[in-house]
This record gives sequence, structure tokens and C-alpha cells, in this order.
Amino acid sequence: MATSAHQTNIPAALTALVPRLREICGEDGVLTDLSRRRVYESDGLTYHRATPGVVALPTTTAQVAAVVSLCAEHGVPYVPRGAGTGLSAGALPHADGVLLVTSRMRRVVEIDPENECAVVEPGVTNLDITRAAAPHGYYYAPDPSSQQVCSVGGNVAENSGGAHCLKYGFTSGHVRGLEIVTPSGEVVELGGKATGAHGYDLIGAFIGSEGTLGVATRVTVSLTRSPQKTVTLLSAFTSMDAGGEAVGAIIAAGVLPSAIEMMDALAIEAAEAAVACGYPAGAAAVLVVELDGPTSEVDAQVERVTELCAASGSFETRTASGAVERALIWKGRKSAFAAVGRISPAYIVQDGVVPRTALGEVLGRIAALSAESGIRVANVFHAGDGNLHPLVLFDDAEPGAGERAEEVSGAILDLCVEHGGSITGEHGVGVDKACKMPRMYSDDDLTTFDLFRRAFDPAGIANPDKLLPTPRLCGERPGVRTGVHPLVESGQAEQF
Amino acid sequence: MKDLDVEGVTLWKGTEADAVCGVVPDRVARPKDTEALGRLLAAARATGATVTPRGGGTALDWGSPPRSLDLMVDTSALSWIDHNAGDLVVEVGAGTPLAELRRTLADAGQRLSYDPLRVGGTVGGALATGVSGPRRLLAGGLRDLVIGMTLVRADGVVARSGGRVVKNVAGYDLAKLHTGGYGTLGVIASAAFRLHPLPPAVRVVSVPLRSREDTERALADLRATTVVPAAVELDRDRLCVVLEGTAEGLVPRVEETLRALGEDGAEVAEELPEDWGLLPTEGTLARVLAPPAELPGLACDLDADVRGYGSVPAGTLYLAFAPGTPADVVEKRLAAVRHVPDRTAVLLRAEPHVREAGVDPWGEVPGLSLMRAVKDSFDPDHRLSPGRFAGGI
Ligand SMILES: Cc1cc2nc3c(=O)[nH]c(=O)nc-3n(C[C@H](O)[C@H](O)[C@H](O)COP(=O)(O)OP(=O)(O)OC[C@H]3O[C@@H](n4cnc5c(N)ncnc54)[C@H](O)[C@@H]3O)c2cc1C
Ligand SMILES: Cc1cc2nc3c(=O)[nH]c(=O)nc-3n(C[C@H](O)[C@H](O)[C@H](O)COP(=O)(O)OP(=O)(O)OC[C@H]3O[C@@H](n4cnc5c(N)ncnc54)[C@H](O)[C@@H]3O)c2cc1C
Repeated sequence: MATSAHQTNIPAALTALVPRLREICGEDGVLTDLSRRRVYESDGLTYHRATPGVVALPTTTAQVAAVVSLCAEHGVPYVPRGAGTGLSAGALPHADGVLLVTSRMRRVVEIDPENECAVVEPGVTNLDITRAAAPHGYYYAPDPSSQQVCSVGGNVAENSGGAHCLKYGFTSGHVRGLEIVTPSGEVVELGGKATGAHGYDLIGAFIGSEGTLGVATRVTVSLTRSPQKTVTLLSAFTSMDAGGEAVGAIIAAGVLPSAIEMMDALAIEAAEAAVACGYPAGAAAVLVVELDGPTSEVDAQVERVTELCAASGSFETRTASGAVERALIWKGRKSAFAAVGRISPAYIVQDGVVPRTALGEVLGRIAALSAESGIRVANVFHAGDGNLHPLVLFDDAEPGAGERAEEVSGAILDLCVEHGGSITGEHGVGVDKACKMPRMYSDDDLTTFDLFRRAFDPAGIANPDKLLPTPRLCGERPGVRTGVHPLVESGQAEQF
Repeated sequence: MKDLDVEGVTLWKGTEADAVCGVVPDRVARPKDTEALGRLLAAARATGATVTPRGGGTALDWGSPPRSLDLMVDTSALSWIDHNAGDLVVEVGAGTPLAELRRTLADAGQRLSYDPLRVGGTVGGALATGVSGPRRLLAGGLRDLVIGMTLVRADGVVARSGGRVVKNVAGYDLAKLHTGGYGTLGVIASAAFRLHPLPPAVRVVSVPLRSREDTERALADLRATTVVPAAVELDRDRLCVVLEGTAEGLVPRVEETLRALGEDGAEVAEELPEDWGLLPTEGTLARVLAPPAELPGLACDLDADVRGYGSVPAGTLYLAFAPGTPADVVEKRLAAVRHVPDRTAVLLRAEPHVREAGVDPWGEVPGLSLMRAVKDSFDPDHRLSPGRFAGGI
């Protein structure tokens, strides 16, 4: 494979590196062939594309360290990549750099029920941890809906959460130890099987750093005891306001569900058309509420939540505790993103956060934005923690429609910031939102972030041009997503 | 030091009463708000003054003595509470007394899920010492509850990370970095936390700490249950399991817990003990981290002059030495912990004779080179509490 003909495509700066990369990762661990490199040209946000200069597929920490050291020695940028499901172009390759893919580091090193933890390599999928822990009565709590595919390394880099993070929190609350390779190629072990470590909380600061502080090569995660009982409720309302009121009432009553999800009429209509989920007819809003824990507590909470929904104007509440019935309730919610793809040729998925008490107001403003612009917006979101995922629909065949949709989508983010929220609750900043960081943070805040980054990466080779705005990056105009995500289409992942 | 006399700051001469591990500050300054704190630190930078912050002053003897201390920053005027009950979020000034925060939240049926409460301690001090108490199993430690922080850098620049919403992945989580930083990276001006509803009822099931084998068996049986404890705490000679929930819902959970722990000598209380989670305020104090399953072994073979406290599932054990314990006894115990792989021990508070004997308070801290790099980035002149932290940072 390593003929010079294949290598002519490789940027000149990298040709000297290739033989050394092959020494480190083996013949099959280095991809130089253009067609094979192209496989990695984007992550889950497919409209940002770049062909990686060269792809390295290490199998051990020592190999990762050697690859990174080589990059450091030559001043070549590198980009870590897990499963490539990220939705902010965090794993967008560098055309003149090395793409360091963890997909061959997939060992579950240890399941340790006595210490209620697991030790895994970064390429292990999120769901594989739960699969390995299940026989012992445990599971891995953070559950991004891409969990069948996404890697633990990616979860660490994005501080991923899932529908159940309302109660169980994000990745950062479940990582006890990290082995990392720093941007200079040094292997550092942080923490271990105890929770916390002495000294600065570098684990806490590394989680969510989007590959800019180094590569996670081994992760020790907490395992959570599977709950005694889980109940899922579906409650239907005649208005979004009434649904929102129920969310506030549940929280105010001191009940902490593991998930509270909400869908509006357009999202329900799409889900109904796609998977016939059989949600109550005439619902302008539905809530999916999940409660888990000891049976004696859950039973009382189910009763309480049912009452609170009724008091807020719910006209029907269904309850399910068996796995099959629960899956039926979740079906509509989980299929919503893909379903919207069927009622619209294209859409943009936004990810923003507002304080829960501002939900009603912000949803009203989004509806007004939609009415003014004539652009439809479907709302499917994590209501319990105010994490909105508005889907902005448009027809990509229509000239200018994409730009108009992009404007609406951007205006929604502005609304989030204006109400004291965040520009991203789970998808991260990556390339996609780097230029939006100044909407949320002052120059002083951003230079402080940069001070921290430089402590790890003084040479600026670790996933450069991500997370923080740079002039090079922010001159470019963002694009739009068209159609349904390929992973969703192929049934490998649910987006919600 | 006249140059430190900036607008919005009250300045006075330091005395013995202001000493940090025996080091008396030349000046003490109390800024009235975040901006004044920014001006003060900018002025300190211009004059090259070394700085140590102080909240309630209850844990100033934690950590090593500063190499130099020109200016003590008193945060007591940075005291305010902005509680948004509907969002279960609160933002507070760093100088706010923890006790006052607790009262305000309790009035609204909420809490910062953090214990214990040291009378006189402030929010900033709790964050800077960064230790988490027993009831961290459900909501996490203090680091997991901080959702945003405003801090003032060594150069006086005011910077914010995070925000006031519980879900937010924009930018680095610098709030976690400063939690447990002993004020060596910046001065915390305010912080935002996520809150939880106060549980309607609490039960504390406790049994006497028995032999190592019996304790290990009891803990294994407890792990096999689904009672969801809020704390599993070694408290001197007892093992305490805290359950939170509704009065009715707790009945079967208490029964199941008793079955796991064994009824022999068991007690069930409906309230936490008065001194819950508090460590002795005198004597040398160490913190050991180890794989959780090894904690019973560590706790059950302590001598009479050392008491153990700690969270079993978190793998944390505090060792409280009787006041006056000789340095070599402390040193031996630390060495015994440190020579086992996967176990680390640091001295949180060393009595002067222990410190003077040169007992290494930190041992080997993994990641120290990165920590130094972070310190150099944030405080290039090493003026913030120099020498207080790991590796002489
Ligand atoms: C259909 C769908 C549904 C989704 N649902 C959710 C959801 O519910 N919640 C949620 O939070 N996210 C969700 N996501 C986003 C995405 O799955 C997560 O961000 C995930 O954690 C990314 O993992 P990955 O392995 O695919 O990472 P990649 O996309 O490969 O990389 C993501 C980032 O992590 C860095 N990185 C990867 N591996 C490492 C490593 N070992 N060390 C250091 N940095 C590394 C990369 O450089 C990049 O910046 C969804 C995505 C899709 C496509
Ligand atoms: C299980 C447990 C047990 C504990 N037991 C004890 C105990 O027995 N005795 C005890 O003294 N403490 C104990 N604590 C620690 C507790 O966190 C502190 O006592 C208290 O909260 C410190 O508050 P303070 O305002 O008095 O801090 P101070 O004593 O004023 O300061 C403590 C440290 O924080 C730094 N600091 C203070 N404010 C700031 C700021 N705004 N920004 C940056 N740095 C700052 C100081 O420089 C100093 O290094 C315990 C904590 C836990 C979790």
C-alpha cells in the first residue's frame, strides 16, 4: 500500500512522518490512501468536511504517545477521533495533520463490581460498558442516544449526557480515573478507583475539553446499581403552556424524575406519521416522565406526578412499568428526529439551554419567530433541565431557504443566551459554535480559557481551531444540515 | 503598600490573629464587591505582592504555610445570595457563610446537597478546600454541584466559566479546576450551584464497626441491595448508612439495610447526628484515597490514637490523629498507605511539630507536571498562596 503513488496525495509536511507512523502503528494502522482517508472526512455534523492528511489507528497507549510525540516533534497538528458521532464538528480532521482514531482500542479491561467501577479503553462504545456490567446488576448511567455507537473517549471529550442526566448527571460525575496522553506525548495517570484525586481537579477540567488537552487512552468509570423499579409515564396536554406548567409543578413538588422529555404538536405529528406511536389524539404537547428507584418510593412518586399533570390540565396519562410497554411510550420520543426528516426535506438541529423557568417564554418566542419567518420549527427536548433541541425545517431545493433557516436557528441561540442560558447543552462547541462563544462569554473569559488550554498545549497542535474562536475559523460562514443523519437512517442511533 | 489602597477596598495592618500557618500578613484587605477585588488584585500584581484569600478562616491551617504573604484578601463583604427556587439554582458571593446559605435554601424547601457544615465556614472556603462530605453518593461532591464560577485572576482580570443553567458544555469547566485549588490559581468571587429538594425524611442506620471480614461482608450485602443510600460512612467506630426519601417509602428500605448490615447493635435514627461529618478541629489530619473495597481493611486496623472517618463507596478515609501525636507516628502511617499501589495520602492539616519535622504532606501526586503548567499559566509570578499546594505550588 505504501507506494509513492498513493502518497502523492499526502501533504508534503506529512510524507516524512508516514514511515515513522507505520513503525509505530504497523502497516495496517496507518491510512494514506485517499479513498480510505475520505471515510473520516466528517463527524456527525456532515456539512463540515476535510480530508485528513493521514489517519493513524493506534492500538495501545504507548502507540498513542508515540504518535503524539512525533506530531509534537514536527509541529504537526493532530485531531483525536472516537466513533465520529459528534454533532459540533469536534472531530473534523485537519487537512495537514494526523487524525488519531481510537477505534482499535476497544477492550473492556476490567469490570470491578466490588469497587463498582469499570476500566475501559477509549474506543469502547458507551453501551458496551453497560452490556459488560449488566450481569453484575450494574449499568453505566450516562446514556447519550448515540450510545450504541459513540465511544467513551468521545463521551469524556464532550461531557456527554443523555435523557437520564436530569437525575444521574453527565459523564463528569461518573469518571474516577483517566489515563491521558498530553499534547507533548507524555502519559499521565489521573485518579483511580477512588472518587476524586489529590491536587487540582484535572479530571474535571479534562472532561468536556473536546480533544484540545490531550487524548484519553484509558477511562475508569463508576457503575451504577440498576434500580429496583422503573416506571414511564406519558401525559398529554392541549397546550405547550399546560405541559410546561406540569414540568414546573413536578420539580417544585420535590420529585426528581430520571427524565422529563417534551414534544410539541409538530413533532408528535411527525412521529405519529413515521412510527404510529399512538400518542393520545389531539395532544398539542406530550410529556414523557420516567421515575426510578426503590419500589416503595417510585410508586408514591408515580401517583404524585399523575396528580400534578392532571392539575396542570393533562387530559390523559398512561403509565407503564414493563420493559415492552415502556419502550412503546419512548418510541414516539426516540423516533422524533428521524421522523421530522420525513415531513421536511431538510432541517437544522439546534442545541441550546434555558433556565427551566424561562421555558414557557422562550418557546413562545420561538413560535413567534417561526410565524414571522414562515419557517416551521418542531420542538423535542429535555424539558427537565431546559435543554432545547429545536428542529428548524426547510426545503434545501429552494434558493435561500437554508440561509433563512440558519438565521432562525441562530436567533434561537440568541434567545437562550438572552435568558441566561447556554449555546450548547450537550453537543459541544467544536468548529460549529466556536464563533458563537463570544455571545456567551466576554473576551476576558475567553482569554482565560485560552490560558488554560496553553498550559496543556503550548504549541497549539491538539485539535486546533476548535472550541475557541480564531480569526481563521470565524471568517467562514456556517453551513446547514440536510436530510436525516445517516446513523439515524440506518437505525444505529436514535437522535433525541 | 500604599499602592494597594484602591477604590472599594478597606485596608488594614495584619496581626497575629490573621496568621496563616504562622505567617502573618503585612496587610489585610476587604473588597466590597467583585470589581473592587479585581482592582485590588491588579494593584497587588503591580506591586508584586503575594496574596492569600480568607473566608471564615476556619480552615486556614489546611495546606502548607505560604512562602510569603504580603496581602490577605478577606472575602467577608462578598456576601450575597441570589436564589432562583424554580430553577433549583443559586448564585452566591464567595464570602457568604455556608450556614446562611443553608437557612435561605431550607426556607424554600431546598438544599445544596453538601455536608458537613462547619460553623463560620464560607462558600469560597468550602470550594477552595474542595473536600466533599459523606452525602455525596446521590448528587456528587461540591465539584459536581458547581455549575458556574466567577473568579479573579492573579492579574486582576475577572473571568467567568460555566453559567446558571444545570446543563452546559460551552467552554472548559474551570469551576472544577478551582474547586480544591486552595486559592493558588485565583480568588473565587462567586459561584452558582445546582440545588436539590430537601428530602421529606431521613433515616440513619448504624452498626458498630466489627472485624474487617464482618465489615466487608456487610458492605457486600449492602451493595447487593437496591436501597440507594445517600451516604455509607465510617464514623469512628460505627458504620452509618443514610437513606433519604418519604417516611413510608423508607420503611422497607430501612428493613433491607438492617438485613444487610446485621441487627446486632444496630440503631436507627430519624436525624443526622449533631456532629455529622465534622472532623476534629485539632490535631494532624490526613486524607487517604483508595479503592473503596479496601477501606474496611484500612479503617479496621487503626490504633487507638487515630480515628477514621470517610465515605466507603467514594474510597475516601480521613485519618484524625490525636493532638500531640509525634511526627514519626504520622509519617509511618502515611508511608504505610503510600507504599501500596493505588493508595494516596495527603496531610490536610499538620500540627507545627509535624510540619517542622519535615513530614512530606503530599507524597507523590500524579499529574504534578501538568498542575505546575496550569499554575504557571494562571499565576506566572507565583504570587497566589505560594507554597500552599502540592509540589510547593
Ligand atoms: C444520532 C445522534 C444522537 C446523539 N445523541 C446525543 C445525546 O443524547 N447526548 C449527547 O450528549 N450527545 C449526543 N450525540 C453527540 C455525540 O454522540 C456525542 O458527543 C459523543 O460523545 C461523541 O462520541 P464519539 O466517539 O462519536 O466522538 P467523536 O465524534 O469521534 O469526537 C467528538 C470529540 O471528542 C474528541 N475525542 C474523541 N475521542 C477522544 C479521546 N479518546 N480523547 C480525547 N478526545 C477525544 C474529538 O476530538 C472530538 O472533539 C448524538 C449524536 C448523534 C449522531
Ligand atoms: C468531611 C469534611 C470535614 C471537614 N471538616 C473540617 C474540619 O473539621 N475543620 C475545618 O476547619 N474544616 C473542615 N472542613 C472543610 C470545610 O470546607 C472548611 O472548614 C470551611 O468550609 C472553610 O471555609 P472558610 O471560609 O472558613 O475557609 P478559610 O479557612 O477562610 O479558607 C480555607 C482555604 O480556602 C482559601 N480560600 C478561602 N476563600 C477563598 C476564595 N474566595 N477564593 C479562593 N480561595 C479561598 C484560603 O486561602 C484557604 O486556603 C471539612 C470539610 C469536609 C467536607
